[in-house]
Amino acid sequence: MLTNEIIQQQLTEKFGALVYNFEEPYGMLTFVTDRDNNLKVMNFLKESEGLGFNFLNDLTAVHYPDQIGKELAVVYMLQNIQAGLRIRFKVFTDITNPDVFTATGIFETANWLEREAYDFFGVNFVGHPNLIRIMNVEEMDYHPLRKEYPLEDQTRIDKDDDMFGR
Amino acid sequence: MSQKQNIQLPEGSLGKQTTTLNLGPTHPATHGVFQNILEMDGERIIDAVPTIGFIHRAFEKIAEHRPYYQITPLTDRLNYCSSPINNMGWHMTVEKLIHAELPKRVEYLRVIIMELSRIADHLVCNSVIGVDTGAFTGFIYVFELRELIYEIFEEVCGSRLTTNIGRIGGFERNFSELAFQKIDHFLSVFPKAMKEFETLFNRNRIFMERTMGVGGIAAERALNYGFTGPNLRATGIDYDIRTAHPYSGYQDFDFSVPVGTTGDVYDRYLVRNAEIWESISIITQAVKKIKDLDPSVFHADIPDFYLPEKADVYSKMEALIYHFKIVMGETAIPAGEVYHSVEGGNGELGFYLISDGGRSPYRLHFRRPCFIYYQAYPEIIKGSMLSDAVVTMSSLNLIAGEIDA
Amino acid sequence: MRPVTHNTKVKVVDAPQGFAGEGFFTTKMSEAVGLARSNSIWPLPFATSCCGIEFMATMAAHYDLARFGAERLSFSPRQCDLIMVMGTISKKMAPVLRQVYLQMAEPRWVMAVGACASSGGVFDTYSVLQGIDQVIPVDVYVPGCPPRPEAIIDGFMRIQDLIRTESIRRRESDKYKELLNSYGIQ
Repeated sequence: MLTNEIIQQQLTEKFGALVYNFEEPYGMLTFVTDRDNNLKVMNFLKESEGLGFNFLNDLTAVHYPDQIGKELAVVYMLQNIQAGLRIRFKVFTDITNPDVFTATGIFETANWLEREAYDFFGVNFVGHPNLIRIMNVEEMDYHPLRKEYPLEDQTRIDKDDDMFGR
Repeated sequence: MSQKQNIQLPEGSLGKQTTTLNLGPTHPATHGVFQNILEMDGERIIDAVPTIGFIHRAFEKIAEHRPYYQITPLTDRLNYCSSPINNMGWHMTVEKLIHAELPKRVEYLRVIIMELSRIADHLVCNSVIGVDTGAFTGFIYVFELRELIYEIFEEVCGSRLTTNIGRIGGFERNFSELAFQKIDHFLSVFPKAMKEFETLFNRNRIFMERTMGVGGIAAERALNYGFTGPNLRATGIDYDIRTAHPYSGYQDFDFSVPVGTTGDVYDRYLVRNAEIWESISIITQAVKKIKDLDPSVFHADIPDFYLPEKADVYSKMEALIYHFKIVMGETAIPAGEVYHSVEGGNGELGFYLISDGGRSPYRLHFRRPCFIYYQAYPEIIKGSMLSDAVVTMSSLNLIAGEIDA
Repeated sequence: MRPVTHNTKVKVVDAPQGFAGEGFFTTKMSEAVGLARSNSIWPLPFATSCCGIEFMATMAAHYDLARFGAERLSFSPRQCDLIMVMGTISKKMAPVLRQVYLQMAEPRWVMAVGACASSGGVFDTYSVLQGIDQVIPVDVYVPGCPPRPEAIIDGFMRIQDLIRTESIRRRESDKYKELLNSYGIQ
């Protein structure tokens, strides 16, 4: 029976100090690894005997403007369909140099998910076949979901911000 | 009154042998706004480049500025053919965050609503496959049945399509006698009508020849692309969130998960058809189970998150304080990160919520199934003809609101 | 099988006011043209999101839009009279909408169905166009999120009133040219 403890044990055996901050919020095993280690961890989880995490559930990014040097987090969520187990791991990267290796070679799903993370947060996925904006117009020059940008379009004239409580 | 239009052709386009066809954002089959630029050699498709984002409404950014109870109308507009499932999924995510326990009756009522909306979603998809092969009758016929489902939603929450149904902790009001009568009426009328719909399509020779062997995908490629839901089950893998990670009392119900073999359009149609029958059986079981439970229970006892009755707010002090705290956002919402998923009409609809204890989420990300499996579309249609590509697109049940969020 | 019911009490449109005689009927040209145009509108459903599903319910048998003369939906702008914009229009979609509007031939009418098409709706964000009247002139706005099929039919009937009472010289008048110029359309 595959459980969170077995996975954590196998990960620490293989990677040692490179995987840390193990937690289990609401039952899902979560850990952090170094930025350059993400593909190795994903490959290990997918290929190694007995683990079988062959399904990339989700890939997203989060912006923490207060953690200087580690502002952008890329969150990967993997799943083992047969055992019904989910696992989540994060890599942190600097906002001035947000390079992360692309997971497109391992999972085809990662293609558009990484484009979305690039579009919204500006994470640069090294090795991605087609890293261009996916949701917003191509001429947009900023990454809208970062915390410093407002929600509303500041050039709109028909809505009075006082009345809307902004 | 028309103006001269400057059409700029891309580089080298006049010299090449293949044609570039723009299956543009305005589709003639009301599927939704996404664009495919196809490279064609005569009638065969050689390559396809999809473009999305034509209805990007920035849900994830809006969610960072709204309190938890105001995000429900936002989730409605993801997969708008089956909005109650999205609403329930969001409520369950927040209930997981605050460790709320729901009474059985609330869970079973939620199951009834979710299965009704699953039927509505699959009805639209199956009839639109018919429309794309030229059979308009099934579509018109099916919408008459959807009106019955709309009436049930209207009786429970007041709205037909984008329902904003339920609250964090249960429902906003108890289901009335009329709602149960409408559900019973629906259960008595629907099977006969569904059989007529099936006789129209299931063994129809033209439909079978148009859809068998078209738009298939292998099971390993489907897993690699992240398929979930009926599209994955049509390839042979029986992954259903309702059985793998049960929620809202699904473990108490007896239902089977239909599975196909080749993953082509005909298999997807049959899987959705079979799921409609399973949903009918689940709703019948739920209605029977509810008769044994206390009929006055329609929400959990979590006064910190569930708005009190208005009559109490005007007369009792605690209710007034709770009302004030909830609306102004002074309640103590725990900080943490939670991921919860439900079986939507198209697959695993996931909600990844990071809360920092404030009034709005710190980050809310929707794992949208349509967005994830639309990436596989170019690989599925490579080498097929244009008419097959159109039928494949409609069988994948691509809802634009879910692709772009 | 269900019994087929026929509608034996068919309602016909009222004839305009005029002078009738043995074998002839005279009336104003504009009234005849208005009568013909308003009862045979060919709409283009520009359905982008949730309002599109309510439109599908309006076209279906329960709320049948075809009884108002809109039997033939055309998806080609060159052949339609009325463009019904249903759903949110984002800034990426606005040039497409404008292009489709420009391809329509006069006389053309625009109906904005739903809150998102009228004013941006719930989505006051950086990526959503706050109402399609930022890019094309609109004749009738139908509020609602989504509007009930009865509301869409009511909007359609207002368009029919507009068409029936419109002057046949309107499209060449200076006021109309000024309106189009304010949108940058020649």
